[in-house]
Amino acid sequence: MKFERYGAGIAKGMLVTLKHLFRHPVTTQYPEERLTVSRRTRGNELIWDRERCTGCATCAKSCPQGAIRIVTSRGEENDYIVEEFRVDSGYCIFCGLCVESCPYEALFMGYGYERARYRRRELVLNKEELLVSEKKQPSGYARPKVEATLPPQTLLLDRNGVKK
Amino acid sequence: MSLFDPGLNLSAYYPGTLPPEWPGGYWIHWGVFVVIILAFVLLMAMGFIWLERREVGRFQARLGPNRVGPFGVLQPVADAIKILTKEDIIPAKGDKLVYWLAPVVAFVPVLMVFAVVPFQDGALLADLNIGILYVVAISSVSIVGVFMAGWSSNNKYSLLGAMRAVSQLVSYEIPLGLSILGVVVLAGSLSLNSIVEAQHIPFILLQPLGFLIYMAAAAAEINRTPFDLLEADSEIVAGFHTEYSGMKFALFYLVEYCEVLAVSVIVTTLFLAGWKGPLLPPLLWFLIKVFGVFTVIVWVRATVPRLRVDQVMAFAWKCLLPLALINLLITGIQVLVWPEVLPWAVVFLNLAIMVVLILLWSKFFKLGGGRVEV
Amino acid sequence: MVIKTEPFVVNIGPAHPSTHGVFRMRATLDGEVVLDIEPVFGYLHRGIEKLAEERTYTQIIPLTDRLDYLASMSNNLAYVLTVEKLAGIAVPERAEYLRVIMAELQRIASHLIGVGAFLNDCGAFMTPILYMIREREKILDLFEMVCGQRLTYNYMRIGGVSHDIPEEFLPALKKFVDRMPGFIDEYDQLLQENEILLARSKGVGILSREQAINISASGPVLRASGVKWDIRKVDPYSIYDRFGFEIPTGSAGDCYDRYRVRVEEMRQSVRILKQAVEKLPAGGVRSEVSHLVRPPAGEAYGHIEAPKGELGFYLVSDNSIAPYRFHVRAPSLLNLTALREMVVGWKVADVLAIFGSIDICMGEVDR
Repeated sequence: MKFERYGAGIAKGMLVTLKHLFRHPVTTQYPEERLTVSRRTRGNELIWDRERCTGCATCAKSCPQGAIRIVTSRGEENDYIVEEFRVDSGYCIFCGLCVESCPYEALFMGYGYERARYRRRELVLNKEELLVSEKKQPSGYARPKVEATLPPQTLLLDRNGVKK
Repeated sequence: MSLFDPGLNLSAYYPGTLPPEWPGGYWIHWGVFVVIILAFVLLMAMGFIWLERREVGRFQARLGPNRVGPFGVLQPVADAIKILTKEDIIPAKGDKLVYWLAPVVAFVPVLMVFAVVPFQDGALLADLNIGILYVVAISSVSIVGVFMAGWSSNNKYSLLGAMRAVSQLVSYEIPLGLSILGVVVLAGSLSLNSIVEAQHIPFILLQPLGFLIYMAAAAAEINRTPFDLLEADSEIVAGFHTEYSGMKFALFYLVEYCEVLAVSVIVTTLFLAGWKGPLLPPLLWFLIKVFGVFTVIVWVRATVPRLRVDQVMAFAWKCLLPLALINLLITGIQVLVWPEVLPWAVVFLNLAIMVVLILLWSKFFKLGGGRVEV
Repeated sequence: MVIKTEPFVVNIGPAHPSTHGVFRMRATLDGEVVLDIEPVFGYLHRGIEKLAEERTYTQIIPLTDRLDYLASMSNNLAYVLTVEKLAGIAVPERAEYLRVIMAELQRIASHLIGVGAFLNDCGAFMTPILYMIREREKILDLFEMVCGQRLTYNYMRIGGVSHDIPEEFLPALKKFVDRMPGFIDEYDQLLQENEILLARSKGVGILSREQAINISASGPVLRASGVKWDIRKVDPYSIYDRFGFEIPTGSAGDCYDRYRVRVEEMRQSVRILKQAVEKLPAGGVRSEVSHLVRPPAGEAYGHIEAPKGELGFYLVSDNSIAPYRFHVRAPSLLNLTALREMVVGWKVADVLAIFGSIDICMGEVDR
């Protein structure tokens, strides 16, 4: 355990830190500047399309957690009427298997990520809360048509020229 | 008033005793300076807390605190308010009197160091003619406070931290004193005011080895990286002040920053020619140099990993102590043999000797022990 | 007069600033020297192996994400390879290349955190780990572009990968691959020759060659002890036999060698990425496999070279939609058994440096 390199190693390290003192910091000030997330983001919410859903419950069967609960009843034209479509988004792990497996493209992952709530029971979403609105936009995960309409992602590689 | 007239050299007339022409004499002078020193120390300590966090942030490619007030300037105030509103916990089985006294014993000596520092020509609380000896002696008292804190907490981690603290702090006192002696020999006096007066070229050029030894020993005295194993967050949680909270913890935290301030101020006075400088007012030069030294200390903290306790001891006894002795020997020889030689030749000679000594020592000494057979 | 001393037991407890996760060690100390150390883990046990018996083969993939949560792509890959081995499913070419790209990017990301955490434990006050997290963020941005998440990807599927890459992925990947060697050089300049780091980690925590082989260590821990064993070369899975890369090995088996092996592996991963990006073919990314896969009855063991070691999955199937038995061979757990031999005789500060250099993730150890 000798003092090899005669102190030059410490000096080289200190040069690197000095170079960083004169570079731009890489952090973003969160509430004022927000970065655009990926077009395929598996955001913090689920969006349901009432017209396309036929009540087949493939999504409920493919959820690893069993977070989707569907109750249907028999309609007149030999189809299902969805009476209750409830997602417990506190139990959901946002893996996206339900969205991938829906054969009618009636389920979307959400685009936002700021869905914190104060009470746990507000995390359980029923039919009305799952619909599209201005505050809930769908993301392009497994839905190429929606993906084409979203803005591209901001990459750290492109921002604030931290050169080599 | 003598305070605002930098041309008047007081200490030539009244070395170390009563200052002249103050109405009311000694006590007014003392009162004014006590207020100035307290304000300076506390404000600068808070400024250093802010500055360190911002600078460490910039070294790490991020911003420091910037939410509380413009540029985060009120962050130390927020820290102070947070600490004051915390509950004061006293361990049930610890020694209560010692627990209560420990932060006080650790803090007061640090404050007393500032009594002999010259802010301007002749502007000090007391121009003692044993200035620097007083500083070294007083700053050793805070070691007792650290050990009291670790002992009275009734906690194995704290005791471990306190033991490490005492061993480290006591061993680094010796290179500290010896490197200061080099400067004293060059200046011819122990009084800090005279040392600043005697620096026609800053002593950092005449004593490069002494400067490095002093920086290393002072970093160890104030528990700064690379010697901050006393409060190593990743090892023993917080060392000797694990059990402290509330205002007592605030005093330990303040001790750390006031000690950094004290070391920066002493380095400026001893090695960087204090308040001397060409164009700007002397007080501004003083502050610039203090901030410069502090930036270097923060820079070292942001880059370098931490040493282990036996390596710290080996570094003090096997590396710094012999180098300090050799430095003193060489300085003594130079002062005796060549008192009239141009200072610049001596500068290059000293730099060359420093390089040779560092190379020699790095080759031949071993930093710390290895594995112990159990 | 002889002073009576006795060793005392200190608990380096579950909630500690630098045990990587919830891990407890009961250390018997004599002054500063460690006489004995007893690891206690199990604080993060979630019952993944039992939960997997009640989920179909596709639903287990998000569960495997959470084993070694710092290297999820590798976990997914190992599991999916095992199921394909059990059921005899072929994977299209483009999917194989995409899997290799993702696995190597994940290796770089995991080693960045591993090296950064080790340097943090040695005391470098967050500076190296923050620089490395900056690079890791770039990799996570690439992953987010492909599959939508930054930590638990759920990207691999039985029979391929889940989605094809978007068109801005390849230019961004090329930019990253061009710049990354510069960043690795910067880390080397920062700390490779630093005397204090050398004093802290050279010769510390030596694991000899025989000991490493006897405790079934794997990954960088094994390679730093001098054994040239990498599953990508010894038992190549996927298409690794088409790429040219080297296996860095150390010689002494101390903390410094483990650190150097990881940094050199990052360089080799960048080399593999360059080759994969050039040769990426067109085609489909997923073969036609139903969501409810029923492999024939039997058992299979599939292993890959995950960043932390040899990650293996042992599956027993009884021709139903869920496995009968699902067992994980976690590399971190087996590497951790060497802790006691490596640590005894050193000091308290070294315990954490050695523990950081093994680079474990408690999600795997406890699962």
